[in-house]
Amino acid sequence: MEQLSAKALRDRIAAGETSSVEATEAILSRIEDVDPALGAYISTHREMAMERAADVDRRVKAGEPVGELAGVPVAVKDNMCTTFGATTCASAILKDFHSPYNATVVEKLLAADAVIVGKTNMDEFAMGSSTENSALRRTVNPWDGARVPGGSSGGSAAAVASRLCYAALGSDTGGSIRQPASFCGVVGLKPTYGRVSRFGLVAYGSSLDQIGPITRSVADAALMMNVIAGRDAADSTSVDETIAPVCDYLEKLAIPVEGLKIGVVSEFNAGADEPVREALGEAIGVYEGLGAEVVEIGMPRLDYAIAAYYVIATAEASSNLARYDGVHYGHRSERARDYVKVYTKSRAEALGKEVKRRIMLGTYALSSGYYDAYYLKALKVRNLIRGDFTEAFRKCDCIMMPVAPTTAFGIGEKVDDPLTMYLSDIYTIAANLAGVPAISIPCGFDGNRLPIGLQIISPAFTEDRLLAIARMFERQTDWHKAEPTVSGGH
Amino acid sequence: MGGPVEHKVIVGLEIHVQLCTRSKMFCGCAVEFGAEPNSRVCPVCLGMPGVLPVMNRQAFEYAVLAALALNCEIARFTKWDRKGYYYPDLPKNYQISQYDMPLSANGFIEIPVGGGGTKRIRIIRAHLEEDAGKNVHSTGGFSQVDLNRTGTPLLEIVTEPDINSGAEAKALAVELQRIVRYLGVSEGDMQKGHMRFEPNINLIVTRDGTEYRTPIVEIKNLNSFRALERGIDYEEQRQLDEFLETGQVMESGNKTTRGWDDERQMTVLQREKEEAHDYRYFPEPDLVPVELAEGRLNEIASRLCELPISRQVRYVKEFGLSEYDAGVLTGERATAEFFDRAVESGGEAKRVCNLLTQTGLKIANERGCGIGDLGFSPKGVAELAAMVEAGDVSATASAQILEAMVETGKEPRVLAEELSLLQKSDAGELEAVVEQVLAENRQAVEDVTAGGKKSKKAMGFLLGQVMQKTRGQANPKVVSQILAAKLGGG
Ligand SMILES: [Zn+2]
Repeated sequence: MEQLSAKALRDRIAAGETSSVEATEAILSRIEDVDPALGAYISTHREMAMERAADVDRRVKAGEPVGELAGVPVAVKDNMCTTFGATTCASAILKDFHSPYNATVVEKLLAADAVIVGKTNMDEFAMGSSTENSALRRTVNPWDGARVPGGSSGGSAAAVASRLCYAALGSDTGGSIRQPASFCGVVGLKPTYGRVSRFGLVAYGSSLDQIGPITRSVADAALMMNVIAGRDAADSTSVDETIAPVCDYLEKLAIPVEGLKIGVVSEFNAGADEPVREALGEAIGVYEGLGAEVVEIGMPRLDYAIAAYYVIATAEASSNLARYDGVHYGHRSERARDYVKVYTKSRAEALGKEVKRRIMLGTYALSSGYYDAYYLKALKVRNLIRGDFTEAFRKCDCIMMPVAPTTAFGIGEKVDDPLTMYLSDIYTIAANLAGVPAISIPCGFDGNRLPIGLQIISPAFTEDRLLAIARMFERQTDWHKAEPTVSGGH
Repeated sequence: MGGPVEHKVIVGLEIHVQLCTRSKMFCGCAVEFGAEPNSRVCPVCLGMPGVLPVMNRQAFEYAVLAALALNCEIARFTKWDRKGYYYPDLPKNYQISQYDMPLSANGFIEIPVGGGGTKRIRIIRAHLEEDAGKNVHSTGGFSQVDLNRTGTPLLEIVTEPDINSGAEAKALAVELQRIVRYLGVSEGDMQKGHMRFEPNINLIVTRDGTEYRTPIVEIKNLNSFRALERGIDYEEQRQLDEFLETGQVMESGNKTTRGWDDERQMTVLQREKEEAHDYRYFPEPDLVPVELAEGRLNEIASRLCELPISRQVRYVKEFGLSEYDAGVLTGERATAEFFDRAVESGGEAKRVCNLLTQTGLKIANERGCGIGDLGFSPKGVAELAAMVEAGDVSATASAQILEAMVETGKEPRVLAEELSLLQKSDAGELEAVVEQVLAENRQAVEDVTAGGKKSKKAMGFLLGQVMQKTRGQANPKVVSQILAAKLGGG
């Protein structure tokens, strides 16, 4: 049953052919078997999940209407607030934080009758590209236990790849959905900034953060988008639907894009490892076989994307994380004797090394005397990169490039070299800076049988076309059907 | 040293005005003074993880309305910024404010300076921001924080240093209070901290033809008109004494902060050196910029009314009212508008003024309501004023009638008849009474005709006798005229 897509499972549950209780029990048992070694989940919620599953089954039996994700076991990254369990952000400072509210996306999942089985591991406060920065758990790559799952949504990607849920939510600030999806061989979509409400998503870089689905297929990503997309009055930056309407992404999926023009930045892509470049070339070849045309485009400012990103994201983070001070909630130092010490000791004790590094970077970039040279300049670069995309999309429907320069790297390989770690975000960051949607879909393996992802980027609010383009490839290939051999304790 | 010394005090004001919206600036919590600590809070104003602010449109419109009344240019595009500093009463450890693009700038306020004149104080800017909570310092060696006030909308107004005395600062404060109350954008209640002042004060001292500027002192958080005036006056003397003793002049970095000790009626040093405050302002990524459309701006502007100071000047010039009376009538918008309507209904201005200031407002104050709530209409007051003017009732009787109007709601003329307060002005009828009195009081008649000292007194006696005979209903003016005619002058 775990082989079913989320969509197929939902339809069978809604038709009364399968019960949600059965599906949920199977997932929870599998988590109990597999997850001690995999480490995808920070917390699971068996009792609540089984209750909800039973409720869906009861309603199906009673002939009551059920939602778009009726009875489907899903997972949520642990930086999305839930009224059940803790919302930790994989940080010691929020280890015991219990939110009094649900994130809007969580509310939407529940309204669609999804069964949330657990909350997934991540880099602390979503800062990282390997999930190694989690203060609470280590997650390994389902394809190779000695390697990282990518990050920061490594837990969600590992859980989906290992069939420990049918779909999951991740968040993407600089590639945190797409890169782990690529490393784990699953589909990861970062929607347009403003397409999905950020209310209840614990902020890292507010102007870059966006929630999106991690799934086993493009169709399931479309299904998840149907549930989570849309304007939210509680998020002023979510976009007015009269300006950018949401649509039925599943319905649009089947319509291939005629006369597809694919933009490629050859020079930029040359920086990726050979297997990655080869897989990209082959993937583009598949599209050409479908009649697509490849257009060489110039994106002259992409070289500055990483620098701009690490200034903007860390600047916002330094402010967003200021609230974790031990005064109102979260970890408070036992040793503090005055309020300044409450701040300094609580933060020193409970924030991780990478988080501290980024807070310091961001604080520095915003400091008087440095603001113009760093933050303001980064904003200018950001605008230029936006301009590059606008210019590029005059010539093509979408841009294809690698998701990451390499496949999954070894655990511990880059932890002492933050700069190399930062450089691994080179292909994903630009979409966040420009706010445009981007997807990672499985497109091959390297010599170590590690998955490779194909990244497709499209203009703002064209998720429907982006998914349709991705689906064109998926229909022609079997990469997404490949499954890691994950075994449990027996 | 030595030689004649002259000095001038230079003051710029920073004023915080609490806007009287029902809910807070960025969340739905009620703005309420005196509620149980931490009972008017929600995840947003508590700064919990993942929450987002949503702008209160009412607050924005109130701020624009106030800025228009302060003759400011209104920005058609304005944005929000984060001002970062750590303090326990600020749960996010940043305040949402406006930095480089305030909603308004370059205005002025006219303040009364005595003798019917006004002085123009320039306003640098007025912007919106959220208030912090309150730290309650208890005696047990710890502090408590009440966050009910956190997130209350504040209008911050910054003036140029155009103020040259404590009295002028007070006049400005009083005028501003009248303006915001007139517009209904703030209750302006000093007891509830609705207006808080922070003057920046220094002196220009001239000695032997050379000008010296003393170091700037900022007095923090003054919340009464008296403290504002006295604080500035105190600083004026203190800085002069200090300059004469030390000769210290203003230089960068020697600005100090002082507090007002109300008990000792003096300022006390709080911070020796202006700390190099670095608030690390940057654009608030969780809010979208506000664009003010022409139509919306016009709609807000249509809510403006004639401001108190121009009304006050008009009353003195147009109606010849005393400055004191004009000040009383313009104290509240409702009173001024009542007065205007009574005058428009044909009431003679001075008579209407007397009725309102001497009787109407007294009753309103006793009852704790506005002049418009007493049950009499502007038209009724105008009619009563006309009756006094025509000599139908005496001034004394008119007060009695106005009181009766409050009690009964009847028309003034009806009441005058019911209470027998109508004056007899029929010369023929009165002449007979006068004849009778003259016949009965020969000695007094002789005294009058004899002239000299006794004459005036005797005349008064005769007048009194006539009044007594008519039980006070004779018009004394008419009686005097008849007496004078009969006795030849007087
Ligand atoms: Zn609130």
